[in-house]
Amino acid sequence: MSLLSVRDLTVKFAMRDQTVTALNGISFDLAKGERLGIVGESGAGKSITGFSLMNLLSRPGYIDSGKIEFEGEDVVKMSDKRLRDLRGNRMAMIFQDPMVTLNPVLTIGQQMIETLMAHRKLSREEARQIAIVKLREVYIPSPEERLEQYPHELSGGMRQRIIIAIALLLDPQLIIADEPTTALDVTIQADIMELLLELCQSNQVGLILITHDLGVVSQMTERTLVMYAGRIIEQGRTREIINDPQHPYTQGLINALPQQTVPGQRLKQIPGNMPGLASIPTGCAFHPRCKYATDLCRSQIPEVVQYGDLKVACHEVQRLQADEDRQEVRA
Amino acid sequence: MTDAKTETPLLDIRNLEKRFDLDHGLLETLKFRKGKFVRETRSVHAVNNISLQARKGEALCVVGESGCGKSTVARLVAGLLTPTAGEIHYDGQRIDNLSRAGIQPLRKKIQMIFQNPYASLNPRMTIRQALEEPVRHHNPNASAAEVRDKVTEVMLSVGVDPSWAKRYPHEFSGGQRQRIAIARALTVNPEFIIADEPISALDVSIQAQVLNLMLEAKESRGLTYLFITHDLSVVEHFGTRVAVLYLGSVCEVADTATLFSNPKHPYTRALLSAVPQLKDDRPNHIRLKGEIPTPINLPKGCPFQSRCAFAGARCKSEKPNAIHQPDGSMVACHAVEENRLDEMAAG
Repeated sequence: MSLLSVRDLTVKFAMRDQTVTALNGISFDLAKGERLGIVGESGAGKSITGFSLMNLLSRPGYIDSGKIEFEGEDVVKMSDKRLRDLRGNRMAMIFQDPMVTLNPVLTIGQQMIETLMAHRKLSREEARQIAIVKLREVYIPSPEERLEQYPHELSGGMRQRIIIAIALLLDPQLIIADEPTTALDVTIQADIMELLLELCQSNQVGLILITHDLGVVSQMTERTLVMYAGRIIEQGRTREIINDPQHPYTQGLINALPQQTVPGQRLKQIPGNMPGLASIPTGCAFHPRCKYATDLCRSQIPEVVQYGDLKVACHEVQRLQADEDRQEVRA
Repeated sequence: MTDAKTETPLLDIRNLEKRFDLDHGLLETLKFRKGKFVRETRSVHAVNNISLQARKGEALCVVGESGCGKSTVARLVAGLLTPTAGEIHYDGQRIDNLSRAGIQPLRKKIQMIFQNPYASLNPRMTIRQALEEPVRHHNPNASAAEVRDKVTEVMLSVGVDPSWAKRYPHEFSGGQRQRIAIARALTVNPEFIIADEPISALDVSIQAQVLNLMLEAKESRGLTYLFITHDLSVVEHFGTRVAVLYLGSVCEVADTATLFSNPKHPYTRALLSAVPQLKDDRPNHIRLKGEIPTPINLPKGCPFQSRCAFAGARCKSEKPNAIHQPDGSMVACHAVEENRLDEMAAG
């Protein structure tokens, strides 16, 4: 049985003069201990997906329809009490900016012990011991001293390690990490990612990694979802998606990277911008930026079709197969 | 390349230093130490003895992690900060000690593009006003029609429809705003562009658009760039030469192709290995111990010693000088100088 199963999830935002659809019929599964990447550009709906999984959306956003089954239980229909038990305990979230996630007026120890005692029947001393063990797991030197420190006394990399330790405190089944290293330097990012990978593998924890960085996804995950304008446009094994993407948008994203072009040559850019939620084009939302677009693309939303090992939402997948730009991605 | 060495560089930075004092005024500098009051001023050593040259038509990239001083270098060259020591020469003329009036003609030649296009455009000025202002300022005798024509030409060249000129910045997306910011830099026909992380705030597909635009401007207008970034894949694509900075000091300067194919400084190697690769399944990421130390009260010796696997006694006591390598790169590392790096790798 899969750990998480999302079916036709639709999320809307009720604005003053109109209601916009932020997520449109999202469906995917996550097996126990599996690592899944969600990629896309700003406004694609990656973070909203992460928030919805924990039922953390607040007004004006709401889950309009669909199911989110976590260990067989629908998160959408959970009572507040069940949700409190779920969040932090069975599912944990890591955010982009470690300075905002930690409470600046509480010591690291207070924040960790508070979390433990809220969910488990533990004495303060027992909770302290668990906190020390968890800090050691994320390679924090002299954890006893760190417990007495405030977040501002620690560096960015150290803070993000502590946040990972807090996320792992209650041995969750699933960690949702929303751009966990975007605020960090590249050498620190590599350390944190290595740590996260190691911890997920050794504890059989599922990971949903939300990022815009295809390199990170390629190193960290087994499967990938590519999102565009609130829909999943392509999903499948990460290796497949990186090496042989089928959707023109995924191909465009990969081709646009500087690594894919001879230095000094023009990059292969995707024209135009991601549409705003209030002005999503008819038919396939990508059609105004897509060089393969036909009348069908302009009028009809493409169904998700199985193509090889990938699930792709594109009318023109077959025709694309012969195109030369695609051959370049493969090479 | 042979005559390039003899040619005078367009931009010549010599032994540049910048310190920011943390304690201002008498009371802040008073410290209580060992039962006595002493006066002590702490300062951030942002840039320490940096020398760099950019030849005409080059794109000199400065890379490094946060706090390495790369933006400070950009601001010093642009004249937005005054160096604590050292000299900056542009086209044979010393520019770091010029008066406000003296620097005016240079402002036309040297333009800057900033990271955040949401903050660098005045929200209360239309695009036309924002673009016309620098033209008017630098060409007070230009007629209204001339100014208008110049703005239209530049807008077309960066791919912004001139009919949008009456709009305000909030009506544009991040990528379009950055195009407008580039257009504003180009309106005065500059020779030299300082770009401080110009694409870091943008999405991948938009990054490619803006980077292409900057490449086009380089070729069609013969621009020279000082390009500040933390993104190594952008450096490899855009730069002709690269300077790697760590804690305010230069570790390595080399032609882009040389640096990426044969990095020498241990920090450069670690930095390159940390970039997440798209298609490489088993990356051999070089783990650095610890984190970047604070630039207040810098350690003696090599700034990188606390995280370097090759650090020896000499590294702790003596700051390495940049030494010419046979392939034309400059490396500031005792271990490289003493050939210790490759011995260890081989053994």
